Amino acid sequence: MKRWAINVWLLGVKELRSVLKDVTLMALILFAFTIAIQLVATGLKAEVSNASVAIVDDDHSELSRRLRDAVQPPYFKPPVDIAREDVSAAMDGGRYIFVIEIPPRFQADVLAGRSPAVQILVDATAMTQAGLGAVDFQRIFAAETLDFLHARGLVAALPVTVTSQIFFNPNSESAWYSSVMQIVTNVTVLSIILVGAAVIREREHGTIEHLLVMPVRASEIAFSKILANGLVIFLASIASLWFVVHGLLAVPLAGSLALFAAAMVLYLFSVTSLGMWMATLAPSMPQFGLFAVPVYAIAYLLSGAATPLESMPPAIQMVARLLPTTQFVSLSQAVLYRGAKTATVWPELAMICGWGVLFVALAVQRFRSMLERQG
Amino acid sequence: MTGAAGMGAMAIILEDVSHHYGPVQSLEKVSLQLPRGGAVAFVGPDGVGKSTLLGLISGVKRVQQGKVGVLGFDLARRGDRAAFLSRVAYMPQGLGRNLYPTLSVAENIDFFGRLFGLGGAERGAHMKRLLEATGLAPFPDRPAGKLSGGMKQKLGLCCALVHDPDLLILDEPTTGVDPLSRRQFWELVDAMRAERPELTVLVSTAYMEEAERFDHLVAMDEGRIIAQGPTRDILAQTGASTLEQAYISLLPEAKRPAGELLNVAPWQDKGEAPAIEAQHLVRRFGDFVAVDDVSFRIGRGEIFGFLGSNGCGKTTTMKMLTGLLDASSGTATLFGRPITAGDMQTRMRVGYMSQAFSLYEELTVEQNLALHARLYRVPQAEAGALVNDVMAQYALLDHARALPAALPLGIRQRLQLAAACLHKPEILILDEPTSGVDPAARDMFWGHLLRLSREDRVTIFVSTHFMNEAERCDRISLMDRGRVLAVGTPAELTRQYHAQRLEDAFIAVLEDNSTEAAMVAPPAVADPAEQKQVEAANRHGGWAGWLGFAWAFARREATELARDRIRMGFALAGPIILLCICAFSISFDVQNIRMAVLDHDQSATSRDLIRRFEGSRYFVETRPIGSEEDAHDRLREGGVQMVLDIPPGFGRDLAAGRKPDLGVFIDGASPFLAANIQGYADAIILAYSLDRLGGASTAVALPALIEPRFIYNQDFRSIYAITPGVLMLTMILIPAMLTALGIVREKEIGSIINLYASPAGAGAFLIGKQAPYVVLAMVSYCSLVALIVTVLGVPLKGSLLALTMGALLFVLASTGLGMMISTFVRTQVAAIFATALICLIPSVNFSGLLYPVSTLLDGSYWIGIIFPSSWFQIISLGTFTKGLGPASFGTAYLALGLFALIVIMASRLMLGKQEV
Repeated sequence: MKRWAINVWLLGVKELRSVLKDVTLMALILFAFTIAIQLVATGLKAEVSNASVAIVDDDHSELSRRLRDAVQPPYFKPPVDIAREDVSAAMDGGRYIFVIEIPPRFQADVLAGRSPAVQILVDATAMTQAGLGAVDFQRIFAAETLDFLHARGLVAALPVTVTSQIFFNPNSESAWYSSVMQIVTNVTVLSIILVGAAVIREREHGTIEHLLVMPVRASEIAFSKILANGLVIFLASIASLWFVVHGLLAVPLAGSLALFAAAMVLYLFSVTSLGMWMATLAPSMPQFGLFAVPVYAIAYLLSGAATPLESMPPAIQMVARLLPTTQFVSLSQAVLYRGAKTATVWPELAMICGWGVLFVALAVQRFRSMLERQG
Repeated sequence: MTGAAGMGAMAIILEDVSHHYGPVQSLEKVSLQLPRGGAVAFVGPDGVGKSTLLGLISGVKRVQQGKVGVLGFDLARRGDRAAFLSRVAYMPQGLGRNLYPTLSVAENIDFFGRLFGLGGAERGAHMKRLLEATGLAPFPDRPAGKLSGGMKQKLGLCCALVHDPDLLILDEPTTGVDPLSRRQFWELVDAMRAERPELTVLVSTAYMEEAERFDHLVAMDEGRIIAQGPTRDILAQTGASTLEQAYISLLPEAKRPAGELLNVAPWQDKGEAPAIEAQHLVRRFGDFVAVDDVSFRIGRGEIFGFLGSNGCGKTTTMKMLTGLLDASSGTATLFGRPITAGDMQTRMRVGYMSQAFSLYEELTVEQNLALHARLYRVPQAEAGALVNDVMAQYALLDHARALPAALPLGIRQRLQLAAACLHKPEILILDEPTSGVDPAARDMFWGHLLRLSREDRVTIFVSTHFMNEAERCDRISLMDRGRVLAVGTPAELTRQYHAQRLEDAFIAVLEDNSTEAAMVAPPAVADPAEQKQVEAANRHGGWAGWLGFAWAFARREATELARDRIRMGFALAGPIILLCICAFSISFDVQNIRMAVLDHDQSATSRDLIRRFEGSRYFVETRPIGSEEDAHDRLREGGVQMVLDIPPGFGRDLAAGRKPDLGVFIDGASPFLAANIQGYADAIILAYSLDRLGGASTAVALPALIEPRFIYNQDFRSIYAITPGVLMLTMILIPAMLTALGIVREKEIGSIINLYASPAGAGAFLIGKQAPYVVLAMVSYCSLVALIVTVLGVPLKGSLLALTMGALLFVLASTGLGMMISTFVRTQVAAIFATALICLIPSVNFSGLLYPVSTLLDGSYWIGIIFPSSWFQIISLGTFTKGLGPASFGTAYLALGLFALIVIMASRLMLGKQEV
């Protein structure tokens, strides 16, 4: 056991030296954990935000003006007046997500109690904005119309008021969410590629073969790679969380950073092991590269970081919830935003660790047969 | 051969040529004139600048200082490179390094023919002639990677000669090749020169006896020429009988080898148990029997030599002895113990040196040795001293801080031997340890081996191609095609085959057993009549020529791709799997939100409101909550995502018109989910309020209807909106990865040299390499569209033509992007990571897949606009969901085309046509 630890240490130091020597790679890692995080965090909004709106106002009444004025930033861009005949072309070109159509004699009909309809055309291909925006418009216009009628004494005020409280991210800042999720994505992609490619490179250069003639076990080689590459990614991700996410983007981190770091260690163990196992399956670097793409893309898209897990079909949801990336995403949200404690997240921790053990066992068991196939 | 010099012209004129790699000076003010039609040998130990000099003359390396004139061309000028290169053939160092292992013999030659712009008929004729001349004619369909070393070199020669060059440059062509093949190779070269006296041949070699075949000699040392002239003159001048002696006497006094005599007392069998024993060892790879019934016993302290042509099973046997490979049948024992994979005790007693350099390139000499010492369980305190001792013993102290890549081959091999011997093993297994090492270094190397064997009683099992090394072994074994043909002491074997020298005995054994032996006397290489026709043949230039080159690269890349079934499988199946999983799972239609109610009121009215939530498809109610703290805990644990807080007296207040205030607590960890929850909750409460309002004063109906109409996707089903986006995603991630390794890998393997040495341009190379992947990506595109329409049931409402045009441009852009990444990174790891990162982040976030481009802010908006994904997203969505045709996508086509053009131009600019 002591021997095992010494060998892992020796090989790990060697591994670290060779990773740090690849300047291009280090520059890319730096970019991924700084500028890329910042771009994604500040560049996009998951909620309705800055949505492009056009209006076809055939009424030009007080009420229609009130409706138009109720469409406000930061949720919507100021509505642009367009002619009815241009609507179709403008929407085809993707210039507007929403087009509001107010019919002629709208205000008159409302006052006469004839219930005229305002149409909102929604480009439903913009899924994130369409559904939310349609609900927003309904609420805003209903409130505005009631207000208009109430001012004229035609109807009573709404009988109920609602106070919404959003916990853990009171102003719904997208940057809080997307910055951390981007770190998780970077970690996933980098872990799979760095460790997998390190194994293939050693095999292509014959150095693994050389090691296996020496008194070194396959598991020692495997763990030295996991430790060294994992350490690089761990430091990069935690530094990014602290300096870029917490420092630069001013995202408050509610929970225990130590618990998150511990979870990150387990997650790194499981994804780097996955990368190593994949490397033992794909004989050459070009094959490995192609193998890695669907794996990280699917891991990311099913993780709940890109789209809510709740909206997936139940069968897929069940499978997705088992994956280590999904587990880690839900754990990160629980720990970093909701301040969850170990008592709450231990099932995720156990699952992530279990995956790691499985992957590393598969990888080590394939080490020797991988060399044979080469011969 | 000096007859051709009568033409008066010089083939090569070098004036004050210097060359350096970083701070290391490789050539220093070299001046040289060599006649046309001559055969010139460059000799000298490793790392004296022979390869650099040949690289400069061949035009593969860029001239740094001085004047290099070859065949009347000034190589410092860039203008007429193509014309020059089409008259030169260059075969780089390293066995089969510029060949393509998965391509067959005929395909390799055909490719080189095209690379030099030969027409179809010309290629066919040349290939036939060359195959017959080299004896490769029976194996035109065998992959180059499966040829023996000697055959690889013959194929290399065919490829070099296919365009009838006027200058042939061979850089250590016979290194690592067995004596029989070596003899055949030189006979071929001689025959060729006899046919074409005007051909100038330059050869560098580490075998001095080979250099004796050449009429002109250039001896080099430390980047300078120490002697040059007709071989006969040099021999006469130094008064030596062999070139080896002559060379040594040309060296400055201090550098001459000590002349240690290597004759040591012969090994004596003391009747001990053998150190290594193999019995009926067999190893099969599929149908191929690599090692066939091999048995031998090697005594303690004996030096046992293994001889045989490349690919005869020597390496496989050695790998079985080290436990790297399992035997298919038969047994092998070390010290009487059977070899098992996990046996650490045995491994401690064995030292191994593989054929190729297998230490870490990224560690220094000292670090490599220290790692070895520690892994062989030398305590840390002693490791430093041991490493120093070993470095002193193997004369590595001067290079302690150097990286192995910067060292000449001979020193690298010395380092490998030092590493193998460091832990004082009892058995040394050495696989061609001196291949490519110069004579002086080899002598030193064998000095070490003999000392280890005789003084430390180390058993040495060594394979070699050098006969003078074989003669130093106690016993040798001759192997051919997996079988041991003869075993005995060198003297016994020489006697047994009635030969003068061991080499002749070796060749006699092989010829007895070989079917390939028939080719020893080569037929005419070139037919003079045909020769004229070739000269006259028009080697097309201009656009046709450019296309020919691009086609040559494309054909080769496509053939290689077609042979790599696994890669094809990943490239075609990957996108399908990605598309299916993502199309079904990505959705923004949020449902089944877990909510709980904190009902302080418990009245009929509050229950009425709660029923509104229960009836909604968006919410799933979980067990009710007792207190505010409980609400917070449930939210924190993630058990519920929303809590509805109904205040005490809600029903009473509502009836009295006192406007009770409802509380809605939302988990905001994911802002998108939070916004949805809030919207849904507000809408339900608003509808409830309006109903109450209507109920109170029945005269007033709902004042105005607000009707959202979801166009392009009436049912608001995510699959319609997402699938076109996932198509975009797969079509950038995978095609870019296909090309991303293309160039960085050619640089790593060394086949990029064919581009440098041929008249083909870098542009044709890039386009040719890209083309097969564009085709593959388009095939993948067709399969994806078919899948989307049939299996996923997403109709293509618009024009298929419009979509396909967009897809073609997009694939050009994405494969081009992969190429560009490949030209600017240094390692394959960096290429994969860069491609993953550069494609994934903008395509997912800034291209309209999840968030519409029109809502992006500043920097990310511009990234979205510049990156091709956003444009193809418009085309894909437009054709699938909006029913649009080609006329709607003018700007998008233009943007994609421009991006493709820019990345291809950028790759062209970054990819040089010469080495430094």
